[in-house]
Amino acid sequence: MSLSSTGATWASGSGRVRHQTISVIVENRAGVLARVSALFARRGFNIISLAVAPSDDESFSRITIVVDLDETSVEQLTKQLFKLVNVVKITEMTPGEAIERELALLSVRCAPPGGAGPSRGEVGDLVRIFGATIVDVGQEALTVMLAGQPSLLDDFEELLRPYGIIEIQRTGRVALPKLERPSLHHKNRN
Amino acid sequence: MELTGAQALIKSLEMEHTEVIFGLPGGAILPAYDPLLDSSIRHVLVRHEQGAGHMAEGYADVTGRPGVAMVTSGPGATNLVTPLCDAYMDSVPMVAITGQVGRPIIGTDAFQEGDTVGITRSVTKHNELVMRPEDIALSVRQAFLLATTGRPGPVLLDIPKDILQARTEWHWPTDDEVSASLPGYRPNIKGHPRMVREAVRLITASQRPVIYAGGGILKARASEALLKLAELVNAPVVTTLMARGAFPDSHRQCLGMPGMHGNYTAIMAMQEADLLIALGTRFDDRVTGAVGSFAPGAKVVHVDIDPAELGKIRRPEVPIVGDCRLVIEELVRVLVASGDVQPDRARWWAQLAEWSSRFPLHYEPQADGDPLKPQAVIEAIRDASPADTTVVSGVGQHQMWASQYWRFDYPYTWVNSGGLGTMGFAVPAAIGAKVGRPDRTVWAIDGDGCFQMTAQELVTASSERIPIKVAILNNAYLGMVRQWQEMFYQERYSEVYLSPDLPDYVKWAEAMGCVAFRVEHACDVGPVIDKANAIDDRPVVIDFRTDSQEKVFPMVPAGASNSDVVVHPALRPGGERVVQ
Repeated sequence: MSLSSTGATWASGSGRVRHQTISVIVENRAGVLARVSALFARRGFNIISLAVAPSDDESFSRITIVVDLDETSVEQLTKQLFKLVNVVKITEMTPGEAIERELALLSVRCAPPGGAGPSRGEVGDLVRIFGATIVDVGQEALTVMLAGQPSLLDDFEELLRPYGIIEIQRTGRVALPKLERPSLHHKNRN
Repeated sequence: MELTGAQALIKSLEMEHTEVIFGLPGGAILPAYDPLLDSSIRHVLVRHEQGAGHMAEGYADVTGRPGVAMVTSGPGATNLVTPLCDAYMDSVPMVAITGQVGRPIIGTDAFQEGDTVGITRSVTKHNELVMRPEDIALSVRQAFLLATTGRPGPVLLDIPKDILQARTEWHWPTDDEVSASLPGYRPNIKGHPRMVREAVRLITASQRPVIYAGGGILKARASEALLKLAELVNAPVVTTLMARGAFPDSHRQCLGMPGMHGNYTAIMAMQEADLLIALGTRFDDRVTGAVGSFAPGAKVVHVDIDPAELGKIRRPEVPIVGDCRLVIEELVRVLVASGDVQPDRARWWAQLAEWSSRFPLHYEPQADGDPLKPQAVIEAIRDASPADTTVVSGVGQHQMWASQYWRFDYPYTWVNSGGLGTMGFAVPAAIGAKVGRPDRTVWAIDGDGCFQMTAQELVTASSERIPIKVAILNNAYLGMVRQWQEMFYQERYSEVYLSPDLPDYVKWAEAMGCVAFRVEHACDVGPVIDKANAIDDRPVVIDFRTDSQEKVFPMVPAGASNSDVVVHPALRPGGERVVQ
């Protein structure tokens, strides 16, 4: 997936393009996710990752969206998101101001004891170093799980790659604002 | 009290003071049409669902109340998509009710099933698939609240047939229940006091202010407030295509319409202004021309109820989120309270007067034997009709001429498709406007291309005795496209010729129950208009044969700076008339 080149034409969108994490509290009801994602699609923005689940109050869900945007576009996008009737609150989270976590499941090739190629033990070493967990064992493969900062998952994936990754599924990042930072850029409709 | 879902729907519409529904029944919406027989609500049976949507828009534009359209599932709903998009672009309050196939068969590709909420999601302010009969009343209340508050717009309710047939206990939700059901909807209507004071400071410091009034003035019922503000600060006012009538054209401070086909003075005033007081407007590309060179020396005070408009195109020095009427009244209050004297702007007014005298709206009079001048036809209708006549137009050259040459001195007398530019808007919108304000004469100024798109609604008008008047400016071309091909495509005319005689508009109109006339000579223009104005029991259609060479001036070419506006050839240096 890559950022669409069409992008937006909003006022003076000359700012630096970077990963933006936007946390959106929405009413937990049918069709709301479609409304949110359609807004990105209409402007030609590619969503890099998206995670959605009910929040502490089950009548609301938290959607965490990662998208490549410049700052002007983020402002417009959040304003447009606010126009959706089912959107209750939006928080823009810059990387330094948020706790971001992601989970990955990776199936990695490894030979049974005595077989040719990298052994379970070698993969097991990496699993221990990264604090990952083996969640499934097959004849010639392991499935391991790692949760952590997205960059940690990137490193883990890179180091496992030489062994032969059969499949990988990452959840996309979830995020919450860091605590005790009253200067955080909160917005709501009031 | 237990009701069917259909009865609850109609009762809810009655509770919302709906006086008329524009619609057309079909399978899925059929249950709702039965209780309609016993309702006080009038139903106008359209001939195509697009007509229902535009009628609802026309009704809403002249009354300020939401127009209601009701159609069936699938093709009924898809035919409503264009009016929904039109209403969304022009912030027209509208409530659309669509039938849906029964819940058990949703998703099975059932007969006349369509994903209506999916299809209309991006062309409505909000839409909802109602999945429980007990939710109908709340959904209708939400729909009317959403359509009419904040930035108005169309709201659609998609109601499955079995929900209309099911029985439910009637309960009309309270304000608190409605509010609690929309936790994310809290439009901000009061301007921020600090921003209001800052705006007043900029206004009082400005040498060359221009009030840039948009359609939001009308939506906010802010015309009177605007008049007070304008007179208080003695600033010129431009009224956008969506705001014609929001400030009287006859007022000495009115410069008319800005933008691509605006008055020269209105365009140049904005270009040379040191302050734009933008009220309920959105810096549309048809107004700004090339954004980078639009009003380069102006600071901007931007008032809009939609926060997303502030900074979308042009970053304002003073953004004010709020209802236009409330904010303008607050501006006036603070201005008066401050006791500050507005600077002497005599030089600015002298400059404006000089532009106005040098570059007025202009067309060459009709030469003997030539076809009618469309501008002259519009002026003749204007002069022969009541001052508060409702004027409705389609989209294209005739729309621009109507906006330019009519004199709009009353709000809510101009109905047109601005943002979406929907050809075929005029006839059905005029019908809706006449239903909404039957006391006013309604003239649709239409083009021959537009007329052919929705003319069948004249059958509706005839059968419902809705006496609108339609002036077709028949130049046998898709005129605006022809103008672009002449000016920008080296006169290579591609697929723009329509023929003046095919169809025969007089026979066609008569077949639809209208009184019809054809006018080819200047001497007949006035008398035939008088005849049309004297008829008040059925629709009238006049086929005016107009000059196909006539172009709309001034014109800012697409993508050019507004400073490069092209005026009528006769007004250019040397004053030579371009010979075709």
